[in-house]
Amino acid sequence: MSSTAQAVHYEEHHQGWFERWFMSTNHKDIGTLYLSFSFLMLFVGGSFAMLIRAELFEPGMQLMQPYFFNELTSMHGLVMIFGVIMPSFVGLANWMIPMQIGAPDMALPRLNNLSFWILPFAFVLLLSTFFMPGGAPAAGWTMYPPLVLQGGESIAFMIFAIHLMGISSILGSINIIATILNLRAPGLDLLKMPMFCWSWLITSFLVIAVMPVLAGAVTMMLFDRFFGTNFFNAAAGGDPVMYQHVFWFFGHPEVYIMILPAFGIISEIVPTFSRKPLFGYKAMVYAIACIAFLSFIVWSHHMFTVGLPLGAEVFFMFSTMLIAVPTGVKIFNWVATMWRGSLSFEVPMLWAIAFIVLFSIGGFSGVMMALVPADFQYNQTYFIVAHFHYVLVGGALFSIIGAVYYWLPKWSGHMYSNFWSKLHFWSSAISVNVLFFPQHFLGLAGMPRRIPDYNVAFADWNMVSSIGGFWFGATQLIFVGVVIHCVFFSKAKAASRVWEHAYGLEWTLPSPAPHHSFTVPPVIDDSQLAHGDISH
Amino acid sequence: MGAAAALGATLVSVAAFANPHPWQINLTKGVTPVSHQIWDLHMAAFYVCVALGVIVFGAMFIAIIRFRRSRGAVAETWSHNTVMEVCWTIVPVLILIGLATPATILTREMYNATDSQMTVKVTGYQWLWRYDYISYDGKPITKVPTIYSRLAWNSNAARQLGSDISPWSIVDKQTGYHDYLLNVTHPLVIPAGVKVRFLITGGDVIHGWGVPDFGVKKDAIPGIMNDAWAKVEQPGIYRGQCYVLCGQDHSAMPIVIKVLPKTAFNTWLATQENAATLDKAARTAEVTPSKPAPTKG
Repeated sequence: MSSTAQAVHYEEHHQGWFERWFMSTNHKDIGTLYLSFSFLMLFVGGSFAMLIRAELFEPGMQLMQPYFFNELTSMHGLVMIFGVIMPSFVGLANWMIPMQIGAPDMALPRLNNLSFWILPFAFVLLLSTFFMPGGAPAAGWTMYPPLVLQGGESIAFMIFAIHLMGISSILGSINIIATILNLRAPGLDLLKMPMFCWSWLITSFLVIAVMPVLAGAVTMMLFDRFFGTNFFNAAAGGDPVMYQHVFWFFGHPEVYIMILPAFGIISEIVPTFSRKPLFGYKAMVYAIACIAFLSFIVWSHHMFTVGLPLGAEVFFMFSTMLIAVPTGVKIFNWVATMWRGSLSFEVPMLWAIAFIVLFSIGGFSGVMMALVPADFQYNQTYFIVAHFHYVLVGGALFSIIGAVYYWLPKWSGHMYSNFWSKLHFWSSAISVNVLFFPQHFLGLAGMPRRIPDYNVAFADWNMVSSIGGFWFGATQLIFVGVVIHCVFFSKAKAASRVWEHAYGLEWTLPSPAPHHSFTVPPVIDDSQLAHGDISH
Repeated sequence: MGAAAALGATLVSVAAFANPHPWQINLTKGVTPVSHQIWDLHMAAFYVCVALGVIVFGAMFIAIIRFRRSRGAVAETWSHNTVMEVCWTIVPVLILIGLATPATILTREMYNATDSQMTVKVTGYQWLWRYDYISYDGKPITKVPTIYSRLAWNSNAARQLGSDISPWSIVDKQTGYHDYLLNVTHPLVIPAGVKVRFLITGGDVIHGWGVPDFGVKKDAIPGIMNDAWAKVEQPGIYRGQCYVLCGQDHSAMPIVIKVLPKTAFNTWLATQENAATLDKAARTAEVTPSKPAPTKG
């Protein structure tokens, strides 16, 4: 590593504040923008969730009209999916992929600027619908017609916002593919890449494949609502179920768009703190590819009760259950990585372990839901709500927080508070279960999802769940404090190799990482790569 | 009258057990052969998940306890074990086939609505259910009036924002069941021990007609006629809800089904038909007092 030669290039570029944060084409600054934006959105979507849980605290309507409740559930879903999980993964990709593959920056820096700056406008449009006549869209994040078409004209804003988000994530994905395929340092073969890069390479293809499908679905909806077409209008020969097929053909790969990068992150963190190479690196890559392929042929398991023919029910049951196999391989491999390692439990590792447990629980309920007859009982109940929150909060969000704790010292050059970050972890890990586990019980008892009011038989578990919800929500304020303290106030300097056994090119750069990552391609030493053993 | 009261009491005890109850944590076994089989499948899948959870989390727990650096554990360097990898690929496949096979058989059964002895059409509207009796015992039912089943008025009053009525005060007088948001003005009435086929559709937006105790749930979609069936073993009062978001009062269109013993149902049906005939005669007489009866043929 010719660190002296590179030191020349490590000087900071001098830019004004406005130029740096609004006109940046730098992958790190744009990554920071993505992460800050999604952090803000986490609290916007989270505040909707707090209102939802407050109304559900006890039976009867206390705080709002039912229609406003429906606006909240719809916007909570849209904001959390498109405003939090997806942009934060893109932000992590922006920061880490060039550093992990030995590149100076992303391949298409101006495109990078564009793909980020579309997002704030998309969300201003989306959130402004709350203040429009007729209110925000209130048909759920899935936006099923004909119900959604009953909404006010604000649905045009929602549709346009979704188009923008789609464009943003497609551009981001093109950039990631271009970066990974073109800017890898000499000698860094695809099968030597860190798992995080692999997971994002595959995710990018999913994004490019399915975002246009969503755009098509919502455009048909736009035409139905404003231009007199009848794609989904049964009275004129249209088919409301067609929307669901098109939507879920997007929607199921979307689910994996929100979890594959998490697999990558966990595959980085677990070997580091196990001080042992990742178990079955190639199997992990193939498992991700396999899950990505299968994600295209399982969509109708979201629609088991719409009246599909028997053959379709059985096909989608089997294809869905098949996904459990590569997913199981990943979980077994993480556990095998820990087996006979030398484990320590720094904060990122705690989040990774919690991820494995919570994601597995979400996976278990997923397998139960794949069984068609059982799904007739679970479908559209709180069991579903519990399932996808285990996967998206306990899974995706926990992995993102774990990633922030893993790489924040590299980004900021400072260590964060050990006490407060551990408090954040333990408080989150306990409260997330108080919040979501009782929702399994509610669902099994038959409580439908998306209702603002319920029978008194559901009162007890709802109250428990709401208490967990407020607790989990308040806990995230600790996260804000830890991050702000670390970035602006922490005195503890971070070393280049922040974690003792952290391998990979990003740890060869100083902390904080220089403005341009590798202006001279690094020399690849196989033994220093993240997953260590790549000879098999 | 006494017999009716006794019957009512029996219905109560059964129904109270089947309907959602406080701190309930598991699926209802239900009251149809299909719902029993679903329950068995659900429990089988649950136990498989518990077993896998014990294995995976157990291994992780042991690793966390035994292989800590603070206990002086030294990391090994291997990262492959072909035998293990083949095992944990093949074994899950076998387990999944073991679960999916009975599920496939049961799905076939749930899709087989042939030989049903009664047909009821269910239409979802914003925000009520409409029930039309189509046929029973091979004969069309023409005289039983359509049932419009909307949220009962006491629940409706209590659910309004700012109402001072406690949801806990809404109690079914006969059964003592706290039926807030689970009671209707006019329940659907069907016979026990008869395979009843439900034709399910939507009148405006998509609704979802689901009764957990029957193991039945189907979306009520405009322009599409879905079907489901149930052969209820025990008379009683069974409750369900709309399961697909259908607008502001989605939570306020419950389903209540009164299942009567077959003979009691036949009596009820005859009463309805008679009442409808008398009613129609009365209305015809009122509306057209002076007109001569239209000549037939």
